[in-house]
Amino acid sequence: MERSFFARNPSALIFIACLAGFTLLITVLAEGFGADVISTSMVKTLGKTLCLCLIAIAMDLVWGYCGILSLGHFAFFGLGGYMLGMWLMFERTKEIVVSSMANAPLPPTAQEIRDGIGTQIFGVVGGSEIPGIWLFADSLFAQLALVVLVPGLLALVFGWLAFRSRVTGVYLSILTQAMTLALALYLFQNDSGLRGNNGLSGLQNLPGADAIPQSTMSIWFLWASAAALALGYLLAAWIVGGKFGSVIRGIRDDEARVRFLGYNVEGYKLFIFTVTAVIAAIAGALYYPQAGIINPAEIAPIASIYLAVWVAIGGRGRIYGAVIGAAFVSLVSTWFTGGQAPDIPLGFYTIKWVDWWLILLGLSFVAVTLFAPKGIGGLFDLIEGRIAPNRHGADLGPDMSALREKEASE
Amino acid sequence: MSTLLEVSGISVTFDGFRAINNLSFQIGSAELRAIIGPNGAGKTTFMDIVTGKTRPDEGRVIWGEKSENLLKLNESQIARKGIGRKFQRPTVFEDQTVFENLLMALKKARSPFDVLFYRRSGHDRDKVEELAEEIGLKDELQRKSGELAHGQKQWLEIGMLLAQEPRLLLVDEPAAGMSPVEREHTTNLLVEAAKTRAVVVVEHDMEFVRRLNCKVTVFHEGSVLAEGSLDHVTANQDVIDVYLGR
Ligand SMILES: Nc1ncnc2c1ncn2[C@@H]1O[C@H](COP(=O)(O)OP(=O)(O)O)[C@@H](O)[C@H]1O
Ligand SMILES: [Mg+2]
Repeated sequence: MERSFFARNPSALIFIACLAGFTLLITVLAEGFGADVISTSMVKTLGKTLCLCLIAIAMDLVWGYCGILSLGHFAFFGLGGYMLGMWLMFERTKEIVVSSMANAPLPPTAQEIRDGIGTQIFGVVGGSEIPGIWLFADSLFAQLALVVLVPGLLALVFGWLAFRSRVTGVYLSILTQAMTLALALYLFQNDSGLRGNNGLSGLQNLPGADAIPQSTMSIWFLWASAAALALGYLLAAWIVGGKFGSVIRGIRDDEARVRFLGYNVEGYKLFIFTVTAVIAAIAGALYYPQAGIINPAEIAPIASIYLAVWVAIGGRGRIYGAVIGAAFVSLVSTWFTGGQAPDIPLGFYTIKWVDWWLILLGLSFVAVTLFAPKGIGGLFDLIEGRIAPNRHGADLGPDMSALREKEASE
Repeated sequence: MSTLLEVSGISVTFDGFRAINNLSFQIGSAELRAIIGPNGAGKTTFMDIVTGKTRPDEGRVIWGEKSENLLKLNESQIARKGIGRKFQRPTVFEDQTVFENLLMALKKARSPFDVLFYRRSGHDRDKVEELAEEIGLKDELQRKSGELAHGQKQWLEIGMLLAQEPRLLLVDEPAAGMSPVEREHTTNLLVEAAKTRAVVVVEHDMEFVRRLNCKVTVFHEGSVLAEGSLDHVTANQDVIDVYLGR
C-alpha cells in the first residue's frame, strides 16, 4: 500500500549517491591508491569526519526528533572506541612481545607472554597485572560485541532510571552531563584498568596487518566509515520516516498529549536513547583506529556540547542537516585551530584564530539559534521552494555542499 | 444501563486549597453528560484525576465491567483502557499533517516495536479519510495542522479522540472560541459519538448545553451541587445562587 522506501525518502538516495561519489573521489586522489594528491593524514581526517557525521545523526535522532538534549552521547562514542581499542592494543602488544622473545633460548610460556603484555601496556600506570576487564581483549569478536553491549547497556540503565522518574528538559541534560563527567573522571584514574589519562594508543596499527601501509589502511577505514554512515543514514531515515517518527516528534513537541493518546512515552524515549547510544558507539569504534589514540579527555562533557552545536548549526530535525553541520563545523574547526587560518592584524591587536575560533563558533551558534533556527539545512527548503514541485533529479545533493567545503578546506 | 465509570469520594488539595472535595460521579456506557460550573469549580481537575494526570488524596475511581482501579495506572495505560481526552486549549501536533495526527491516534498496537514495524494498510488509510470526512477536514489531510483555523484544530482533536475508539470521551470546553455554525457542527459530532460510547462534555455556554439535550451535572467548589435535566438544575435555588444568578 505504501510507496517504496526511497520514493518516500528521496534525500536518502541523493545522500548515498553523494557519499559514494565523495568516497570514490578521495580514493582516486589519495596517496595510497591513486593520484597522490591527498595525503594519508588528510584521508584519515576525512574518514574521522564521516564518523562524526554518524554520531551527529544519532544526536539528531535523540535531540532533533525526540527532544532529548543529551550531553552524553560522546561518552558512548568514547566507550565504543575504548572497547575496540582494547583488542587493537592487546593483540598488537602481544605481537611485539612474542617477536621480542622469539630469539630466547627456550620458547616463552603463555604466562611469560601474558606478563610481557601486562608490563608493556600497564607500565605507564605503574602496574603489570592485566585487569579483569581485559578478559576478552584477545578476541576481536568479543570486543566487537562489547562495542555494542557496554554503551547499549549503560544507556539502557541510565535511561530507564532517568525517564522513569520523568526527568525532562534542562534537568535531563544536566543528568546526562553528570553521567559523562563521572565516566570521564573514572577513566582518568590510573587504576580504572584503562591506563588513566594515557588512554589507549597505537590504535592505527591493525594486528597482523604489518605489511599493509597506513596509506592503504586509511582508505579501508574511509570506506568502512562511509559504509557505516550510509547504513546509519538509512536506519535513521527508516526510524523517523513512518509512524514511529510521528510519535517521537510528538513527544518532542508535547509529551503529555502523546501519553493521553495511549503511548508509553518513557518506553519510546528509552528506545531511541539506547539505539542512538549504540550508533554513537559504532561511530567511535571506527573513529579511534583512525585517530590512533583515545584518552578520557575525549569523553569530557564539552565534546557532547560541541555535538549539539554541530547539529543545531546544520539543522535539527532533518538527518542530512546533522551530517552537514558535523562535517562543516568540525572541518572548519580543524582548519582554524590547526593554525592554517591566517591571523588578522588589526594594528593594535592581532586576531589569532587558534584563540578566537571558539568565540566565533559560539557567536555562530547564537546567531543560528536566533536568526536561522533551521540551520544550514534550511537552505534546502529555499532551493526546494524555488524548483518545486519536482525535487527529483536535483543534482546538488544535500551533503554535497558540505563535502565540497571539505575539499576547499584542504 | 451498566455503569462504565464510577468516581466516589475523591478529594485533592493543592497547597492547602481543596480543588476537589469529596466528589462522586457516575456515567453509563452509552451516555452523554454535560458538566457545568463556574470557573475554578474543579471541572478540569476532575478530568485530570480520571485520566491519571493528577492523583487524588483520597477516593476511588473504578472502571468498566471488571471494576478496575484506575488509580493504579498511569496516563498511557488509562488511555489504552479506552478513555480519551480533549483538552481545553486545542492540542494537536502542529508540526505534523492532519493525516499524521489522525494516523497516530488510530487504535492500533502502541508499543515502540509495533509502531516501528507498522505498515500502513489501505484499510487504515480509508479509516483516516472517513474520520477526516466526519470532522470536515477531508481537503486538509496533507496540510500541517498548525496551519488550521482554531475551530478546525478543535475538530481535529475530536477526530483524534474518535480515532482512538475510546469507550469514554472527556471533552473540556470544545466550543470555546467557535462561531455559531462551528458550534453546531461540534454539537452534532458529540451527540453522534455518544450513541455508541460515553461522552462527558464540560461547557460554559448554556445554549450549547441545551442543544446537547442531556443530563447535566453542576460542579461547585470541588463537589457536585446538583444533577438532572438542564431545566431541573437551572430551577435549583443553589445553582441559581452560585452560578446562574451572578
Ligand atoms: N496543578 C494545580 N496547582 C494548584 N492549583 C490548581 C492546580 N490545578 C488546579 N488548581 C486550582 O484548582 C481549582 C480548580 O481548577 P480547575 O479544575 O481548572 O477549574 P475549572 O476547570 O472548573 O475552571 C482552581 O482554583 C485552580 O486554581
Ligand atoms: Mg477548566
